[in-house]
Amino acid sequence: MSATRVSTLAGAIATYVQPGMTVALEGFGHLVPTAAAHEIIRQRIGDLTVCRMSCDMMIDQLIAAGCVRGLVSSFIGNSSGGSLHELRRALEGRSDRVVTLDEYSHGGMIARYVAGAAKLPFYPIRSYQGSDLAAVNDSIRQVIDPYSGDPIFVVPPLNPDVSIIHAQRADRRGNVQAWGILGVQQDVAFAGRRVIVTVEEIVDDDVIRADPNRTIVPAQIVDAVVECPFGSYPAPVQGYYDRDDAFFREWSDMGRAEGAVDRWLDTYIRGTADHSEYLALIGPEVRSRLQVGEALSGRVNYGLHLRPAAPRPGADQEASR
Amino acid sequence: MSLPATVTEVLTVLAARELAGRRIVFAGIGLPTLAAALAALSTAPDIEIIYESGVTGAHPIGLPTTISDSILVTGAEAVLPMPQLFGYVIAGQRIDTGFLGAAQIDRHGSLNSTMIGGSYARPEHRLPGSGGAIEVMGHAREVFVVMRRHTPQTLVDRPDFVTSPAPSSVSGRQASGRGVTRLITPLGVLTREDDELVLRSVNPGVDVAQVRSATGWPLKVAADVSDAGPPTAEELRILREVLDPGRIYLR
Repeated sequence: MSATRVSTLAGAIATYVQPGMTVALEGFGHLVPTAAAHEIIRQRIGDLTVCRMSCDMMIDQLIAAGCVRGLVSSFIGNSSGGSLHELRRALEGRSDRVVTLDEYSHGGMIARYVAGAAKLPFYPIRSYQGSDLAAVNDSIRQVIDPYSGDPIFVVPPLNPDVSIIHAQRADRRGNVQAWGILGVQQDVAFAGRRVIVTVEEIVDDDVIRADPNRTIVPAQIVDAVVECPFGSYPAPVQGYYDRDDAFFREWSDMGRAEGAVDRWLDTYIRGTADHSEYLALIGPEVRSRLQVGEALSGRVNYGLHLRPAAPRPGADQEASR
Repeated sequence: MSLPATVTEVLTVLAARELAGRRIVFAGIGLPTLAAALAALSTAPDIEIIYESGVTGAHPIGLPTTISDSILVTGAEAVLPMPQLFGYVIAGQRIDTGFLGAAQIDRHGSLNSTMIGGSYARPEHRLPGSGGAIEVMGHAREVFVVMRRHTPQTLVDRPDFVTSPAPSSVSGRQASGRGVTRLITPLGVLTREDDELVLRSVNPGVDVAQVRSATGWPLKVAADVSDAGPPTAEELRILREVLDPGRIYLR
């Protein structure tokens, strides 16, 4: 058994996220590494290129905090809850924050992560033919399909310096289990040069090993695992808490006023020492409002082998049970 | 049931009628989901919604607020990771009808959801961008577009940016989609014939001249252009009492 990779959130961010890096923060409206983004803001790590398929208020916050130089994305609204005004001001030239945008479609971002994870030189996309996106983004290029002889658009692999995801649970070594909407959590993890995972709870090895098909990221590629309850808030975590719809709606209204996001950061992020203090500040009533009940999965039988197991070198006692 | 139908209700009812007989529909939250749900109870009993978040065969106990709402997952038939959803379901041509929104559309059905005014590098109004729209346009058998505003600034001769191109505008295309087959607006329903959107029916209280003057290209009108019947009492009852009693989307 290799060593534990359990870390504090502050420790994981300080160790692996450096200024100037390309950092993926993924979770498709679910399992969002919000607390990790907040810690990046607290540590004032700047000049980052942030990769995120579907943006949300976390991106507004990182931009207002001055952490972001570039954004790699395929949807820059506030989930489905209106505009991200800090981001819009930056892209429309109405802000002293300058953010470059490397823009794709969802299919293009997925293809970039998949190519990155598999160390492929590029990934073909049929549907970019005729889109102005292919004309304005120099990274979307054409090659000749060697089989048909027809041209086809391709996108380059995306290998973030650090990939950060949130999930329901992991063991101490970093075997990560998730359920519900999985987005690109597995792909972005494998694409990352380093991987930080925040989870609602760290569980015993037995819990993970009772259901290995639910493990989406194996420990071998994880550098740090952080127990971070409510770490996806205001985005939901299946089986743990619901989405704070009201906060998403309020965010788009609040962000209209210049400086409002920065003032919010002063109070809620830079004004709190860590995620627990932030949660204490927003109050326990938020957590109780978002509580969910139980809808347990059925159980499957992985099968207990009845043949007497031959002793194998390196097999631990448990495995021959 | 004496309340007159709102614009959202009219658009939802028209979209639901157009969904008659469809089976696999790619829909966003809000109006498209409501339209598909109404169709399921009327014109398309076998309809099934696929969400961009990977949820298929959703059976939520309440109305979802986003495509990533965890309420969609509990009790669903399947949840696919996004590489499979985009690779096998969308690009794999498993979608009959895709619902897309846009800020601008042209006569061939090319869509702009990226920017209005200025240049791409310095837009006057930056919009959310493609999301999965480019892939849905490229691969769904047909696309329905619902627009809440029908003006010369939204139905345009030349979009400020072509995010999701009409198949006809693409040379050497290998993707399989037929493009936009229905455009539903507060003024009428347009269908695409010979690669051009043609006015097929006008909404209650609207006349053809009104639609012509609100369209940014010389609009062709079907010889047998009809009046769309207003939402029936039964359609409104299902929408208001069964599907969205809290009026989350029917505001």
